[in-house]
Amino acid sequence: MNRLRSADELRVLRERLILEDEEAKRPKIMACCDTACIAAGALDTAQAFAQQIEEKGLNIELIKTGSQGWCANGPLVTIEPQHLFYQRVTAFDVPGIMDLTVSRGREIDRFLYTNPDTGEVVPWRDDMPFYQKQMYIILRNCGRISATSIYDSIKVGGYEALAEVLSSMTSEEVIDTIKRSQLRGRGGAGFPTGVKWESCRSQKGKVKYLICNGDEGDPGAFMDRSVLEGDPHSVIEGMIIAAYAVGNISQGFIYVRAEYPLAVTNLELALSQAEELGLLGENILGSGFSFNIEIKRGAGAFVCGESTAMMHAIEGKRGMPRQTPPRSVETGLWGKPTVLNNVKTLTSVAAIINRGADWFASIGTENSKGTQVFAIAGKAKNTGLIEVPMGTTIREIVYDFGGGILDDKKFKAVQIGGPSGGCIPEEYLDTPIDFESLTSLGAMMGSGGLVVMDESDCMVDIARFFLDFIQRESCGKCPPCRVGTYHMLEILNRIVEGKGREGDIELLESIGNEIKATAACGLGDSAPNPVLSTIRYFRDEYEAHIHDKYCPSGVCKALGGYRIVEEECLLCGLCRDVCEVNAVVEERKRFFIDPDVCERCGKCHAVCPNECILVERR
Amino acid sequence: MTEIETIEKEEKIDSERVREIVAKYRHREGVLVDALHDIQREFGYLPGDALRIAAEELNFTFAHVYGVASFYSQFYFTPRGKNVVRVCVGTACHVRGAPAVLDQFEEELGVKAEETTEDLKFTLETVSCVGCCGLAPVAVVNDQVFKKKDQPKVIARLKGEQS
Repeated sequence: MNRLRSADELRVLRERLILEDEEAKRPKIMACCDTACIAAGALDTAQAFAQQIEEKGLNIELIKTGSQGWCANGPLVTIEPQHLFYQRVTAFDVPGIMDLTVSRGREIDRFLYTNPDTGEVVPWRDDMPFYQKQMYIILRNCGRISATSIYDSIKVGGYEALAEVLSSMTSEEVIDTIKRSQLRGRGGAGFPTGVKWESCRSQKGKVKYLICNGDEGDPGAFMDRSVLEGDPHSVIEGMIIAAYAVGNISQGFIYVRAEYPLAVTNLELALSQAEELGLLGENILGSGFSFNIEIKRGAGAFVCGESTAMMHAIEGKRGMPRQTPPRSVETGLWGKPTVLNNVKTLTSVAAIINRGADWFASIGTENSKGTQVFAIAGKAKNTGLIEVPMGTTIREIVYDFGGGILDDKKFKAVQIGGPSGGCIPEEYLDTPIDFESLTSLGAMMGSGGLVVMDESDCMVDIARFFLDFIQRESCGKCPPCRVGTYHMLEILNRIVEGKGREGDIELLESIGNEIKATAACGLGDSAPNPVLSTIRYFRDEYEAHIHDKYCPSGVCKALGGYRIVEEECLLCGLCRDVCEVNAVVEERKRFFIDPDVCERCGKCHAVCPNECILVERR
Repeated sequence: MTEIETIEKEEKIDSERVREIVAKYRHREGVLVDALHDIQREFGYLPGDALRIAAEELNFTFAHVYGVASFYSQFYFTPRGKNVVRVCVGTACHVRGAPAVLDQFEEELGVKAEETTEDLKFTLETVSCVGCCGLAPVAVVNDQVFKKKDQPKVIARLKGEQS
């Protein structure tokens, strides 16, 4: 393929691709092949489809896509033109599907979604509750096109915004459009993107840099991975537009976590394809504008998600943050003015150029425009990726999209924003989500990870879990974070071990507030959030742990005692078999747990089929 | 053996190979992490001598190279097992039972987290989220993600290979 030399040539190519596609009228089988579906066996499924198509010499297009969203029920397969959304399709099922659905056009109910409330079978995903109310801007192509073909991307409008920008817009006009759209950084803090670009543009200097932050370190978030894996061209397009708008940027970097190997593979391929077509590199689309992108692989450090730390990492140094100001738009990578944007922010850019700033600004709440991608995980029935307008309530996300709580247990809290965020309890479920509302609740938008917790999760344990993570990942540069979180973890450890003391809660609060006020970087500032927010909403649980030496959720094994409810006991003996210290004593027609022997490992509690082993105050 | 002792130990490594690997990074800025990635891909870990050669070739002090390498959790200074089992202990996996998954792997493989079996067959470690939260709890075995349901099969298969 020759390099495209103008915006017109790109348009001609797109029209030709669409026409070819229409004329071919080929049925399409789209197999989700993102990391999560691959874990469920998607590669075997795709391979089986390929084999069937080849053996039978069928004229069918097999497309391996990025995430189709509903990760819990993979491998997912979309079949066109029948408009069917099949779930849990293993390689074993493929011959049957080829025969019945693809050849004879019949639906197979067992692969389709059945609404658990009504029993109704829903053939197409847009009619399912999980997808029905979603709105796609960032995930517009994810799971709908081949993750490895630039032609697929061009066919659905990829690089259209870039052509528009390079052929008919000045840098100022681009910045003005982004400013009017009120797009805010999707990486966490929500800084207005247009303002950031403008202030970097106004800096003196012939050399500036652009960085795309794909270091999605928050445990519980996987949207950046999905976008990088499933629609890398939209990220690249956004980066080129950003570089053009800011000016004097000829080199950009995409920083990707070491834990995301497939994202790196797909990105590398996408970069080389874009370069081949003249959409990246020297003289892009004959406009005279040149820009290159290099992938930088992370090596496992959460703190590198912080902008100044990431710049140090790209420079090949220890990824430690530095004091700001000066901000990185003034002094960034190698001391040059640098713009750093999140994957989702950059992906939104092309959509805004294509559909207009007013369209984008009409979506969302007063101060937070557009959509946000959330990764629903934890104890929700439906787990996966969703994209919804800002202002959607937490209740809608948990119950309408997430389908409610697994095993119909009782909802307890939802953790938003990872280690920088906080836990939000039931009474705030009706809060519309935007940047400000979450911050006022003591949580944070963060990268949009959303972990649902039920009554069996202990909030003290969750706080301890996050602090343990933060303590391990603290870069150690500033004492508030390094020493402060260490002490907080020490206190939490003794609380969950049943050695909590009077005044521990107040001590945690005081250290936490001190860290917030004095830590050097944004991650340090927000490090105490998981503890402070759980104390704020679940103080009674902390008190039970400290005063009563009892864990209401039965998670903290060192606390409380186990008792078998004799009336409900089935006398199956599983608890006796599983006990390693022989604390379960069998007598005539009854079992009981000897509290002096019991080590409170919780194995009997977990194994009991009738759930009649209770954890009680000692 | 402490980390420092490990990298100070003399080891026989192919020093020419190290020079070859880092050659393309000479006289370039910001390449140390990339060079370390490449060295680790070749040797499976970062041998002390390889770090010394890299420092020499790229014009860094050894202390700087060690400082950078030790900052990142995915650089290793000791040889690693043929099979690397990484149990995800991210938030979503944690609430869906990652601690029990880790216990089970520890028991099956006979090593604690972040340890390698003596025969260098297995390394067991934890990882904070691999972005497969929808399938939690997961474990990554040799870069392939497995759901909880499939984990016993994987352990059995790996153990079968072991004997």
